[in-house]
Amino acid sequence: MAEEVLRLTDLHVSVEGIDIIKGISLLIKQGEVHAIMGRNGSGKSTLANVLMGHPDYKITAGEAYYQGKPLADLKVHERARAGMFLSFQYPSVIPGVQVGNLLRKSVTSVQGESALNAREFRTELKRQMALLSMDKSFLTRYVNDGFSGGEKKRLEVLQMLLLQPKLAILDETDSGLDIDALKVVAAGINSMPSETASLIITHYQRLLDHVKPDFVHAMIDGKFVKSGGPELALQLEEKGYEWLEVAA
Amino acid sequence: MSDDVQDIVGDYRYGFHDPEDATIRFDKGLSEQVVRDISELKNEPEWMTDIRVKAYRHFAERAMPDWGNCQMLNAIDFDAITYFLRSSKGTENDWEDVPEAIKNTFDRLGIPDAEQKWLGGVTAQYESEAVYHSIREDLEQQGVLFFDMDSGLREHPEIIKKYFCSIVPYTDNKFAALNTAVWSGGSFIYVPKGVHVEMPIQAYFRINSKNMGQFERTLIIADEGSSIHYIEGCTAPTYSTESLHSAVVELIAMEGASIRYSTVQNWSVNVYNLVTKRGIAYKNATIEWVDGNIGSKLTMKYPAVILKGEGAHAEIISVAYSGAGQHQDAGAKIHHLASNTTSRILSKSICKNGGRSSYRGLLRVSPKARNCRSKIVCDALVLDSNSQSDTYPTMEVGNSSADLEHEASVSKVSGDQLFYLMCRGHSEDEAMGLIVNGFFEPFTRELPMEYAVELNRLLQLEMEGSIG
Repeated sequence: MAEEVLRLTDLHVSVEGIDIIKGISLLIKQGEVHAIMGRNGSGKSTLANVLMGHPDYKITAGEAYYQGKPLADLKVHERARAGMFLSFQYPSVIPGVQVGNLLRKSVTSVQGESALNAREFRTELKRQMALLSMDKSFLTRYVNDGFSGGEKKRLEVLQMLLLQPKLAILDETDSGLDIDALKVVAAGINSMPSETASLIITHYQRLLDHVKPDFVHAMIDGKFVKSGGPELALQLEEKGYEWLEVAA
Repeated sequence: MSDDVQDIVGDYRYGFHDPEDATIRFDKGLSEQVVRDISELKNEPEWMTDIRVKAYRHFAERAMPDWGNCQMLNAIDFDAITYFLRSSKGTENDWEDVPEAIKNTFDRLGIPDAEQKWLGGVTAQYESEAVYHSIREDLEQQGVLFFDMDSGLREHPEIIKKYFCSIVPYTDNKFAALNTAVWSGGSFIYVPKGVHVEMPIQAYFRINSKNMGQFERTLIIADEGSSIHYIEGCTAPTYSTESLHSAVVELIAMEGASIRYSTVQNWSVNVYNLVTKRGIAYKNATIEWVDGNIGSKLTMKYPAVILKGEGAHAEIISVAYSGAGQHQDAGAKIHHLASNTTSRILSKSICKNGGRSSYRGLLRVSPKARNCRSKIVCDALVLDSNSQSDTYPTMEVGNSSADLEHEASVSKVSGDQLFYLMCRGHSEDEAMGLIVNGFFEPFTRELPMEYAVELNRLLQLEMEGSIG
C-alpha cells in the first residue's frame, strides 16, 4: 500500500485574525495527484502557504501531518528539507543572487550529503533546463529579477525538478502562461518520478488537460464542497461553481 | 578576551593574537621627539624628517574634523597609543625567513596561499613595518617598482620626494597630518609607461598589539598608458582597548593610465579606521576605488578622485556593513576639474543590531569643466529597527552643462523574500545571508573571485544568529 504523505483533519486557518479555511480534510498518498479548484478568494493559496509554514498563516483548529509527523513541529526550511515543495504563484525577486547559484545552494540544503557533486549537478541541470526549453543564460540572471510571468513559472518548475520533492504543491503554476508555455510546464510536472505526490491548485481545467489528476476537490469559501475524480474538473469547467454553491 | 568584548564581536575569526615580541617598541604617546626618533631609526633623508616634524606641528594644532562622528572621534586618547613597533629585524623576501609567530599569523590569514595562486606581488605588514615582500620576476624585469614604503624611500628617494604629499598634503586634515608625522610601512609602486600588470598586487596589514597605531603610507604611480590593480586587506586581534589605523594613500594615474585600488577592511571592532585616500587622474586616465568596510569601531573614509585631465574617469564602489557598536561613515569625493570627465559612485550599506551606516559624499564640478557626467547611487538595507542609515550627499556644480544623476534608496528585507528562500531549504539566517550577499553583489563582482568568496563568507558569518 502506498505511504501516506499528507493528512489534514478538519483544518482551520486564519490570516490576520480572519478565518479563511474553515475545516478541510484531505489524505494524499505517495504518487497521487490531487487538484484543488476554486475561484479567487476561496482559500486555495492560503492552504499552500500554511502547508509550507508561512508565518502570517495560523492553524486555529484541526490537524496537519506530513509523513506522519505534526507539521507544526517543522520550521519552514525543515519542511523543505523533508521533501515539501511549493511552486509559488508570485515568486519573490532576490536581487543580486544568480539563478545558478541559488539552485546549487538549494539542492545542497535540501539533499544534504546525498546531493549530486558539482559535475553531476551540472549535467542534471542541463538536462532539466532542456526539458523546460530554458536557455543557459537563465543561470546568470538574478532570481526572478525582470522575469516575465512565463519565465518565473519555468524557474519554479525547474527548482521542483532539481529538488525532487516528495510532495509538490503547485500554486497557480498555470496562470499567465500561453499555450506553448503551459505545455512545457506540464511536461515538466509529468516528468516527476511516479512516487511524487502532488497538490495542484488552479483556477482552470486547462492544466489538467495535460496533467491528469487522480482526485479533484472543489473549494468554495474555505471548504471542499465536492470531491471526485478527473471528471469533476470537466464538470466545473462546463458548469462553473454556481451549482455547487447551491449544493453547499 | 572579556565576555562583553565577545558579545560585541561574536565570532570574529581573526581575533586571535600572538605574543608581543617586539624588538623595538616606543613608549606610548606622541611628541616631536618621537617623530624625530622614528625618522632617525629609519635613517631617513633630512627632507623627510622635516616633513614629518612640520606635519607633527600641524597635527598638534589642528582641530578634529568637524564632520563625521565627532563624539566617537573625541574618544580617541592619542597619549594611550604606541606609535612605532618593530617586530622583525627586517623585511624578508623568502617566506621561510619570516619570524615563526608572524608567519603563523599570515598562514592563518591565508596570505602565502593566495600569493602562489593569483597574485603578482605581495607585501605583508605587521605592526609598523613590512615583514615580507615579494614581486614576480617578470614584473620586475618590465621595470615595475614595488616596495614597502620604507624600502622605496631608500631605493628611489627621488620619485618619492617628487610625489609624497603631492595629492594628500599633511594640511589636509588632522589624521593626514598624524600619518605624515609618524608614517611607517605601506606600499610604493611605480608602473612604467605602457606596462599592464595583469595579476593584482596585494598588501596585507595586520595590527597585533594592544593600543597600537598603524600608519601606513601608500603611493602608487601609474605612468602613461599603464595599468595596475592593487588590493589590500586588513585585520587585527580583538582587545578590549582600542587601536588606531590611520593611513594615507596617494594615487597618480598619468595620461591614459588606469589604477584600480581594492580594499576589504575587516578590522576588529575596537579599531578606529581613519583613512585619507585620494587619487589624481590625468587625461583619459581612470581611477577606481573598490572599498569594502566590514569591521572597525568607527571608519571614516571617503576615497577621492581629482579628475584633472580631459576625458578622465572615476569609479568609486563601496560597501559598508555595520553591526552592534559600529559606525561606518564612508563615502566618496569626486572633483571634476576638466571637461568631458565622467564619474560613477555606487554605495551600498547594511546595518543591523544597532549599527550605523552613513554615506557622505561630495561631487564638485568646477565652472570651467564642461560636459561632465556623473551618476551616484546609494542603496541602504536596514535589517532591524534599532539600526540607522543616513545619507549626506553634497553637490557643488559650477556650470549648467553637467549631467548628474543621484538615486538613493533605503530598503528592508521583505518577509516574502525570506519565506521564498526558506521554502527552498534555507534556514532564516541562511536566507538573510543570501539576500545580503545579493545586495552586495554589484560590489563583490568587482573583486577577484577569491576575495569575493571570502567576503560572502564573512557576511554569512555576520548574519548567523542575527535573527531571534
